[in-house]
Amino acid sequence: MATLRIPPVLRPSVGGAKSVTAQGTTLGAALDDFFRRYSAVREQIIAADGSISNFVNVFVDDQDVRYLQGLATPLAPDATITLLPAMAGGES
Amino acid sequence: MGDASRSMLARARSEIREWRPLEAEQQIAQDGELVVVDVREQHEWNDGHLPAALHVPRGFLELQIEEKVPDKTAPVLLYCAGGVRSLLAGQTLQQMGYRNVISMAGGYGAWTAAGLPTETPLRLSDAQRRRYSRHLLVPEVGEAGQAKLLQARVLLIGAGGLGSPAAYYLAAAGVGTLGLIDADVVDETNLQRQILHNTSRIGKPKVASAKETLSALNPDITVNAIEDRLTKANVLDLISQYDVILDGTDNFPTRYLLNDASIIANKPVVHGSVFRFEGQVTVFKPFEGPCYRCLFPAPPPPELAPNCAEAGVLGVLPGTVGLLQATEVIKLLLGIGEPLVGRLLMYDALAEEFNELRLFRRPDCPACGEHAHPEDLPTYEDVCAV
Ligand SMILES: [Zn+2]
Repeated sequence: MATLRIPPVLRPSVGGAKSVTAQGTTLGAALDDFFRRYSAVREQIIAADGSISNFVNVFVDDQDVRYLQGLATPLAPDATITLLPAMAGGES
Repeated sequence: MGDASRSMLARARSEIREWRPLEAEQQIAQDGELVVVDVREQHEWNDGHLPAALHVPRGFLELQIEEKVPDKTAPVLLYCAGGVRSLLAGQTLQQMGYRNVISMAGGYGAWTAAGLPTETPLRLSDAQRRRYSRHLLVPEVGEAGQAKLLQARVLLIGAGGLGSPAAYYLAAAGVGTLGLIDADVVDETNLQRQILHNTSRIGKPKVASAKETLSALNPDITVNAIEDRLTKANVLDLISQYDVILDGTDNFPTRYLLNDASIIANKPVVHGSVFRFEGQVTVFKPFEGPCYRCLFPAPPPPELAPNCAEAGVLGVLPGTVGLLQATEVIKLLLGIGEPLVGRLLMYDALAEEFNELRLFRRPDCPACGEHAHPEDLPTYEDVCAV
């Protein structure tokens, strides 16, 4: 079971959870499992053509999946998936 | 000089090769291996020395030279004020096994008389030695490091939550010039975290308030208060006057504007952001690590932009994140440690947990990639400003 870290800006879409678990042996399968429960998040992560959106970076453990195998990146049973959307959140 | 001194000197002269300053200058220019060692006392060194010389006072020669010049086959040019002490020092080095020792005839006096170039080290005053004594005790900083900090120039974008703690500690550390750009005035709601300001300054420009606080803490430094916004018109001119940029902004247009300009001007940007209980820090160092556009080539469209409403932030959080940024600034200025280049540090205050993600340069990055034209990239409207 992979752990999915939810960034603050997406937490309202998942009932406020900081992390959720997801089933799947690849990143794509785990994300599908996640979207089945929280469909509103899908458009924030996946582009119209089915690939990972340009506006979010996805990491498996500490590695950017763009430099692994994208959605086909295999997941270890205890993998951590981190979603990193562009965040204006600074502090003026 | 007595007879004994005279005969010692004559003997040294017969054993040690000598170069006149002009010959020494030629050799220094041609021979990359040549090590130049100044054996004079501290106060003589402080008044000026040969460029690129090492300083080992003659009294410490036996104790320090092997550490500073480990290779005993390397050619070593010694000099003092007039050429006598360096001859005697040359004999000592030969006894210690140095095989290629030269003394500069006429010493520093003859060098300057010949009009050859010199360097004067930045001297810390007695007051500076006291103020920065805890830095001088740290070998990685020391007097040379403190001199670097005093000569350094750091620009802080924003004198708010992140800029406040960062500027406060950078000023205390003796970073010689701090630029602060911010167009806002102090508001009551800022005071829960923006510690440069105070209740009596509500309604005053933030940069003026910041300057007052920082100058009171450390009158030794220069604070440039820039009451303005960062714009396409001023960004390049502004950042090119500084060594390191600390980004404490809160909006996409400024982040992209700063990113693209920092690539053109080749300036490292220490990036920070905070949200409620969580923060992020990384260093965007042009061409050594990724830039902001490597991560996010363009800002998200409004429908995908995160909620723009005031998110709230735990007041101490920007303190933690701003000081992580200040730490990175000091490391970059001193050239020590492992800066957060290509690493995003994520801090969760509730879990009291740090995590790290690895970031890579995108070969096709529109700002820093192989065929990039950062000067042609668009600027953006603030999706949250409407
Ligand atoms: Zn880039």
